[in-house]
Amino acid sequence: MSNEFKESIHRAVNNANLTGALGKFSEAYKVNRAKAYEGIDFEELRGRIADLKSYAASHLDQLSEQFARNAEARGAKVFRTNDPARVREYILKVAQENGVKSIVKSKSMATEEIHLNPFLEKAGISVGETDLGEWIIQLAGQTPSHMVMPAIHMTREEVSDLFSKEVDERLTSDIPRLVKVARERLRPMFLEADMGISGGNIAVAETGSIVLMTNEGNARLVTSLPRIHVALVGVEKLVANYADIAPILKALPRSATAQLLTSYVSIITGPTPNPDGSLKDLHIILMDNRRSEMAADPKFKQALQCIRCASCLNVCPIFRLVGGHVFGKVYTGGIGTILTAWFDELKKSEDIQGLCIQCGACKDVCPGKIDIPELIMEIRRRLVKDQGLPLMQKAIYSVVNNRHLFHGMLRAASLAGKPFTSGRFVRHLPMFLADLTDGRSLPAIAGEPFRDRFKNIKQPKLKEKAAFYAGCLIDFAYPEMGEALVRVLNKAGIEVIFPQEQTCCGAPARYSGAYEVAAGNAIDNIKALLDEEVQYVVSACPTCTVALDHEFISTFESLGQSEWIPKARELAAKTVDFSTLVKKLVDQGRLSLKDGQKLGKITYHDSCHLKRTLKVSEQPRELLNKAGYELTEMFECDMCCGMGGSYSIKLPEISGPILKRKLHNIRETGAPLVAMDCPGCVMQIRGGLDQDGSAIRVRHTVELLAEQLED
Amino acid sequence: MYEQFKARAEGVSAEVHRFDTRAATLEFIIAFLKGEGLRDAPQYHAVWADCPFLEGSVRKSLSEVAGLKFEVSQKLAAEAKFGISQMQWALTDTGTLVQDSGAIEQRLVSSLPSIHIALVPTSGLLPDLPALLSRIHPEDCAYIAMITGPSRTADIERVLTIGVHGPERLIIVFCDELGGGN
Repeated sequence: MSNEFKESIHRAVNNANLTGALGKFSEAYKVNRAKAYEGIDFEELRGRIADLKSYAASHLDQLSEQFARNAEARGAKVFRTNDPARVREYILKVAQENGVKSIVKSKSMATEEIHLNPFLEKAGISVGETDLGEWIIQLAGQTPSHMVMPAIHMTREEVSDLFSKEVDERLTSDIPRLVKVARERLRPMFLEADMGISGGNIAVAETGSIVLMTNEGNARLVTSLPRIHVALVGVEKLVANYADIAPILKALPRSATAQLLTSYVSIITGPTPNPDGSLKDLHIILMDNRRSEMAADPKFKQALQCIRCASCLNVCPIFRLVGGHVFGKVYTGGIGTILTAWFDELKKSEDIQGLCIQCGACKDVCPGKIDIPELIMEIRRRLVKDQGLPLMQKAIYSVVNNRHLFHGMLRAASLAGKPFTSGRFVRHLPMFLADLTDGRSLPAIAGEPFRDRFKNIKQPKLKEKAAFYAGCLIDFAYPEMGEALVRVLNKAGIEVIFPQEQTCCGAPARYSGAYEVAAGNAIDNIKALLDEEVQYVVSACPTCTVALDHEFISTFESLGQSEWIPKARELAAKTVDFSTLVKKLVDQGRLSLKDGQKLGKITYHDSCHLKRTLKVSEQPRELLNKAGYELTEMFECDMCCGMGGSYSIKLPEISGPILKRKLHNIRETGAPLVAMDCPGCVMQIRGGLDQDGSAIRVRHTVELLAEQLED
Repeated sequence: MYEQFKARAEGVSAEVHRFDTRAATLEFIIAFLKGEGLRDAPQYHAVWADCPFLEGSVRKSLSEVAGLKFEVSQKLAAEAKFGISQMQWALTDTGTLVQDSGAIEQRLVSSLPSIHIALVPTSGLLPDLPALLSRIHPEDCAYIAMITGPSRTADIERVLTIGVHGPERLIIVFCDELGGGN
């Protein structure tokens, strides 16, 4: 990670205005978005959008041609090009041939993408942004920090300073007054401009129409008053049919700003009369700029399903901390990382792809049904393929891939860590490692790992058997969770076996883009876990469960190693997470919890992989409820805790504040106890509460249930 | 459908009225204009774009009202306080008005003045966008305009503020006689 990048993160997380504004917005957004979608089947809607956009992405050439034909038949001039430089030249040529002196623009990310404004200004043409947010950042000499709300990073005081300078009058920070100033200042620009430049939210091939959505009404003026209108549209905005605009108009405003519809929608097909009676000179530029290459890439084609609502930014726990500028100059957030890797170059995404903690929140809300986290992982994989892993990581993974060496080192660490350990926590680490314990205590490595303790557990001989996959954290830091799991399953008549050859699930390597290493881990684990005939392979770590259940297969697929895929599928079919299995056993009457217990208040933290990948959230709640706990939900119960495996080590500056927010939400419930299903979350949250000196207890669901088994 | 539309439109800060006859509609509009200070001077006059409502004797009957202009130019619209036009449809589920805005006058009166008065035949009420798309097609219409509430922004600190580049008030007036039924 470059120093410059680290510094930009440091600046952002320490900018109280920025984190305050974004934090407030993201909290309100979640509530308002849900309200805007009331009564709408979001899955059905986004299924339709994904289908129609995916069709368009597969037929970009054909639809571009059809669009051009139909728009030209209506009198528009259509220019198609792959090259941003040719777009700039075309617009300049149109401007110069028509004696254009001033241009008004409505918001267009495509023009940002090709840095159009400085190019035209250099040629002596004045260019005025008219979207309020865009105008603010133009006056400030900045770039947009958010696709929909470009100036969200600025305070009213900063805006008032900018406007005061612009109109040469000391203004207060009264927002309605500032908006009025913008209206008065920009109105003459609209009336006098010779050319209007817009983007396009949708381009309809069937009719040659472009669809524009705004709230301020600036696009209506930009497309109506000046005698020339140039619309710059990325080819990913194409849809085949006129009817296709309905689902997009339904989802885009709801996802972008939680509105049912933007104040204004214009569907423009061919030139219309100008105020002076002449006919509009209408130019539509269809720009490719690597979008066709993207469409031809089996993995990244789905990124063209994006409708540019920016909801992936709004729900991202990282974006709300660092804002857009850390991501770069044009496209920001989750989808921005992907677009930057393509429209700019893969290398440009090297730093920013590391910002993704893989919590999956964006994937849940994307109206284009894009698996953004998966695509960011693919960027990681390709970067590692191109450039190799950093030396330090390489050294780590060569250890992780050698089970004996890895486990040996963990055992050694339990001794080496002693001087820094007090009770169950590592409180201080020497020198450069100190960051790791900043805001969070790390668990002490267990003196005796689960794999050794297991040999001393007395189990009844039972017919039904389950293999326990512990994962590194339960094995080496929290063996008591493993012991609790054995007690619970024994009670339900299942004997637990522990294949000693099991090793790291490969998630750390995979999340760093080291797929070859992850594949090695997968093979070792498949061999170990399928060695003996069992009914279930059970894990109490959602990240490990996801690895066994999904990622072994997808890692082999990504690498084209088909040989192990059948075995990986066999393993996946047997894999189940702890709470799902236990809920099933309770429902079948095979397992009973003590009756009539009154255990008091508890709150539950949803782990990312459990809730969003495995879709498990009700099972642990129902079990805890049945055990006698009184559940009080915390605010943002399914927001990431900031752990993200090695993320908390690579980006402690971001992980720390995310944890802080989580701890605050836990404390606000007043519950003395918080449960979760992931040992990683336990490590993060328990460590955070320990450092705060809080008395709130943090337990894995497995431990709480094991205490309430009927005698 | 009307009540549902009204609730949605008021939810986005539009003002909604309904009258049964043309006469009652006209009476309301004139009273509203005068109450808001209509007179024959820049910043106070009204521009009224040609529309079915004005057909017959209506336009003639209005020729005596000072400050009411039927010849719409960019200059007159930019200096007007009021713009009046007729919209064809009203979408119930979002509180949206829709118009074939191919004629520039229609857009000038609904985008430049600070108050837009939109007349709508009550029969133009439709449930939603798909119902609209089967009635208006780009083949017959070069500029389809949809309007949902007044112009708004939240670009400064996410604070909702009404009236940026478009009208700061949208007065929607349904007239049953223009086409009743709903």
